Amino acid sequence: MFRNRLFLILFLLLPLISHAELTVEVVGGAAQQIPIAIVPFSSQAQANQLQQDSLSSVIGADLRISGMFRVLETRGVSNQPHSLSEVKYNDWSAIQTQALTIGTIENLPGNRLKVSFRLLDVLKQNQLLAMEFNIAASQQRATAHRIADMIYEKLIGEKGVFATRITYVNKENGRYSLQVADADGFNPQTVVSSKEPLISPSWSPDGTKLAYVSFEKKKPVIFVQSLVSGQRIVLANFKGNNSAPCWSPDGTKLAIVLTYSANSQIYVINADGTGLMELSFSNGIDTEPEWSPDGSTIYFTSNRGGGPQIYRMPAAGGEAKRVTFEGSYNVSPHLSTDGKLLTFIKQGPKGFKVAVQDLASGQVQTLSDTAEDESPSFAPNGRMILYATSVGGRGTLAAVSVDGRVKQRLRDTGGDVREPSWGSWLN
Amino acid sequence: MKKSLLMSLLLVTTLAACSNNAVKDKPAAPVVDNSKSTQVAQPASPAKEDAASTASATQTELAVNPLKDPNNILSKRSIYFDFDKDEVKAEFRPLVEAHAKYLTANPNAKVILQGNADNRGSREYNLSLGQRRSVAVKKAVNVLGVQDKQIETVSYGEEKAKSCKDETCYQQDRRVDIVYEND
Repeated sequence: MFRNRLFLILFLLLPLISHAELTVEVVGGAAQQIPIAIVPFSSQAQANQLQQDSLSSVIGADLRISGMFRVLETRGVSNQPHSLSEVKYNDWSAIQTQALTIGTIENLPGNRLKVSFRLLDVLKQNQLLAMEFNIAASQQRATAHRIADMIYEKLIGEKGVFATRITYVNKENGRYSLQVADADGFNPQTVVSSKEPLISPSWSPDGTKLAYVSFEKKKPVIFVQSLVSGQRIVLANFKGNNSAPCWSPDGTKLAIVLTYSANSQIYVINADGTGLMELSFSNGIDTEPEWSPDGSTIYFTSNRGGGPQIYRMPAAGGEAKRVTFEGSYNVSPHLSTDGKLLTFIKQGPKGFKVAVQDLASGQVQTLSDTAEDESPSFAPNGRMILYATSVGGRGTLAAVSVDGRVKQRLRDTGGDVREPSWGSWLN
Repeated sequence: MKKSLLMSLLLVTTLAACSNNAVKDKPAAPVVDNSKSTQVAQPASPAKEDAASTASATQTELAVNPLKDPNNILSKRSIYFDFDKDEVKAEFRPLVEAHAKYLTANPNAKVILQGNADNRGSREYNLSLGQRRSVAVKKAVNVLGVQDKQIETVSYGEEKAKSCKDETCYQQDRRVDIVYEND
């Protein structure tokens, strides 16, 4: 109840706040959350060099929104250590934390900072990690994400995704803008904006480019744009619709969808726009191609059997096999990095929801508690699924863990947000 | 005489008002966004408002331009579809036949068939579905003798759909709009 009211107040206030960043609300959590204490880092750096949110609070927020940690309040502990010799382990076992993070920030010449941090095991009373970073003052938030990733990997045993990026489309004041932001929604940068719709952004495997569909030429056309130089090329502007780009894992080709005939069919085209080749030949809609991580297979949505279902076929073309069988409407396939899990949107009695299918067993689980879900994509570590949904008639981003236990809602303060895609570790 | 003219005027205006109201329930035709383009036809509703306001003076002209006659079936420009379907339903046969008849009689007339979907499900799938719907209407008029060069099909998928909560609203978005060039 309190959460709902707080959320409502935030919802009412947010349009008045000018910054257009995403805020994250977490519902639920993993069964076993690791308690961790993060002592605010000591700082000899000048105040004007420090970012508004302290490093330790960004680290804490990252770990908290993962749902895997319980971040403990440290202010009640009288001794606030910053170096190893200052640590009194009994203080920290008293508040029942298992892990402790301490650190310092110091000035370096040339507007640079030295950030040091340590991760300590409170039960075993030993050091798990120690690291120093020499960074530009502007890299504090990025450094906090890297530290959070290191803590996550050390304590959970798999790589963290806090330093990765996401892309999405924001519709605001009648304009569409393609944004790239940090995984926690901060630092949104506009890649391209248009008064006509933008949809279906797809990351290149190295994270340096985005392919997307723009209606700026009064019909869907596929562009590829460099995030480094901002330069863009028309990848596909053939007769009819050009849509649903997806990069091959080696980055040399894209699977795309064209409508030479009534039906959307899947084609493959080189990343420079040459060498178009048709891949699917059906009497229905074939769309939303998605390459398997090993490059051997293309998953896609097709209504060849009546309603839309997910199929797969060899990436070189060939016979398609149906993959989804539960329900009459399954769309938007996306694979986990290890290729073992398929996420998609499944229409059920309670609406359109994010589902996940174990490709080996065929077992399907519906994950989301929202009802107008679209565009699911896995975090690079396969732990969370980012998707778009609708709250109060406005598009918003949300994420759910693959076991359905952790639910995040990311709300943009400005517009109507849709078409998210989570980038890889490399970007 | 005067009375009957007044009556028919009233009738024309009332009918026009009805059809205008019906039009207002729909989102504006996608071409409204084409502020830069002069080639693309204007949406149907302003044209009809003109017809209504000038009805008294242009009784004869209405007869020569059936597209602008609010009493003519040709003033109806939208064909509606069931969820995830692209079949042109029987109730829209008279509308399709009337436009096919007009297009075959006026071989220089051109139309853009704009396919749309409601906002549920995937944007890409809905883009493909809107395309199939526009092509379904194209095939229906092709069969009746309309030439390919008179027809262009486009899909906006769910990109022009309203923010709907119920079936009555969704239904309005699942449609093909017949937009006459230079209308």
